[in-house]
Amino acid sequence: MEDVFVVEGVKKSYGDSTVVDGVGFRIRKGEIYGLLGPNGAGKTTTISIVMGILQADSGKVEISGMPHGPREMRTKALLGFVPQQNALYEDLTARENLRFFARLYGLSGSVARERIEEVLTAVGLADRADDLVSSYSGGMARRTAIAAGLLNRPQGLVLDEPTAGVDPQSRNAILEHVRALADSGVAVLYSTHYMEEAERICDRVGILDDGRIRAEGTRRELVDTLGERDRVVLELDGAAADAARALEELPGVHTAVATENGVELDCDRGAELAPRIVRALADRGLELRSLTIHEPDLEAVFLHITGKALRG
Amino acid sequence: MFGIIATIAAKDLRRRLKDGSLLLFGLALPVGLALLFSSLLGDGAQDGRDIRYLVVDSDGGELAAVFVDEVLAPLDEDGVITLGEESDADAARAAVDEREYDAAFVVPEGFTAAVMAGEDASIGVVGSADAAVQVQIAREIAESFATEADAARAAVASALDAGAAATPEELSERVQDAPVPVALAEVPTETWRQLDTATYHAAGMAYFFLFFVVMSSVTALLDERKGGTLARYLAAPVRRSSLLAGRALSATVVGVASLLVLALISSLVLGAQWGPLPGVLALTLSGVLAAVGITSAVAAFSTSSEQAGNRISVLAFGLGLLGGGLFPVAQLGAFSAVSLVTPHHWFLTGLAELSGGSGGAVPTSVLVLTGMAVAAGALAFSRAGRMLTP
Repeated sequence: MEDVFVVEGVKKSYGDSTVVDGVGFRIRKGEIYGLLGPNGAGKTTTISIVMGILQADSGKVEISGMPHGPREMRTKALLGFVPQQNALYEDLTARENLRFFARLYGLSGSVARERIEEVLTAVGLADRADDLVSSYSGGMARRTAIAAGLLNRPQGLVLDEPTAGVDPQSRNAILEHVRALADSGVAVLYSTHYMEEAERICDRVGILDDGRIRAEGTRRELVDTLGERDRVVLELDGAAADAARALEELPGVHTAVATENGVELDCDRGAELAPRIVRALADRGLELRSLTIHEPDLEAVFLHITGKALRG
Repeated sequence: MFGIIATIAAKDLRRRLKDGSLLLFGLALPVGLALLFSSLLGDGAQDGRDIRYLVVDSDGGELAAVFVDEVLAPLDEDGVITLGEESDADAARAAVDEREYDAAFVVPEGFTAAVMAGEDASIGVVGSADAAVQVQIAREIAESFATEADAARAAVASALDAGAAATPEELSERVQDAPVPVALAEVPTETWRQLDTATYHAAGMAYFFLFFVVMSSVTALLDERKGGTLARYLAAPVRRSSLLAGRALSATVVGVASLLVLALISSLVLGAQWGPLPGVLALTLSGVLAAVGITSAVAAFSTSSEQAGNRISVLAFGLGLLGGGLFPVAQLGAFSAVSLVTPHHWFLTGLAELSGGSGGAVPTSVLVLTGMAVAAGALAFSRAGRMLTP
């Protein structure tokens, strides 16, 4: 199947800081590729380069076999974009917003009207299209933003954290819609730091950390790299950093990372290790609220590869 | 490409029309303040400075003597004005240009004879560019003299028509005793003509608030960056120059519309005289472009629309103050030369020339304003890359 996105060896630096360091991936027609990484990993910069918003220092980007960059209008016209922010004019109605963005893609008159109705229907906002965006809920505004990215019937769609800040119902609707778009043949680059979203809709995932793709593959391929390892999540009453340091010394623990609520462990045979974990914490006077052993998943893969919790 | 520029400009205009600030800065404030200042100052009230007038009696006749001795001299004796006399009109004009006097009355040779023969006659008023109020008072003194003379002449004519018993000598004496019909005429100085009070305040306020009118359109690019819509533009198949041009176009359209509406309203409500339309259009366009260029340059060196807005507000106030948009800059003395670097000065200069009917300095004003627009616009454009980075 033909590649819509081809990204090879892309680098971008600001001064001495390298934000994107040799990133590369390919996305086929009808495929959803998840770009998974914590905040600051370089996702948005990578996406900006892929969208032709920023010029890479080196490397190449091709869209449907054509060279792509900030000055390439022909390839830009093939892409749809849903930025991290809604990027809408709140003092205009959804229809006025869409009419304006349609014009940017050269759509006008009856064609524009048809496309606007099409995307409004697709995101379920046809009956509220003439309301000001400022009156919308977070989920409705996000769906409008997605609608704007679909106006030109793109071959490739790039979504940057599309479900950030939306309610669970809208989130489900967005995920289902993205899946449907891919099924219709659109190649999707989907950036997120929500592991469960990546697991649910992405055909392949690239784990991005410190500006590099650290691992890439289907969920199964990535999880299989862990072998017998488990991810153990501990909830503690404070002192997470102390606990992480103590637990990292236990035999069988590969990585212990302090998180907002406690500690996450990348370890061998979590069930067998659990009594030792409880003892080690008790010896240090640390109170354990809960302990959960997770079967290998993308979160565990991420922890294993990067040594970081995705939402630490 | 122009279609995209127009689309961007039209979207901006739609948003500005929904935004109350356009109505506030583009219409309500300038009209309101022009009305206020005109009502306060338009009746000839002075601003607390000495009023220095010069009179040139090149006529030497009876009627000129009435104007000098019975109209101006008593004002001098009462300490209302300081009156000087000069024998030569050119010397008087030079004295006004040198700011030794605020205005000069010029009674031309043959004035009395012309009036007696029933021919047109006029008293000239030479006004200083930087003494708007004082010049307006001079005009009103002369106007008042003309009005009284009209009434006296009409009375004499009626008496003659009614067959009043009087010899021609007696009637001639009565005409000479009364003020005579005088047409007020403005005489250009070496520098410029003087706007009347209503036009001065209307134009001054309009141009002062123009900077606030165009500000929102210009700083909107910084808002686009903050709100994320800039990323959407840059991802679309749209040239970056179109984005900048669209912004400039919307700012220009809003600015031109604001000035022209104010010109119309001030003409209807205040009786302001902006002059011939082609000249007003040329001045308006070049003046707006200068304002757009200057505000764009400020925005280009700012990191947020709030910061740009604050800087532009301070700059607009400073330029308005120095450029004579808020009050006549003669009060700044020698420092008033600074006004030459402000677009306000050139806009008002050009308008004064238009209003006076000569239009001589209008091309200069238009050129200077256009030059300012190009220079400031180039400065802004040089920073475009930074502004267009999301």
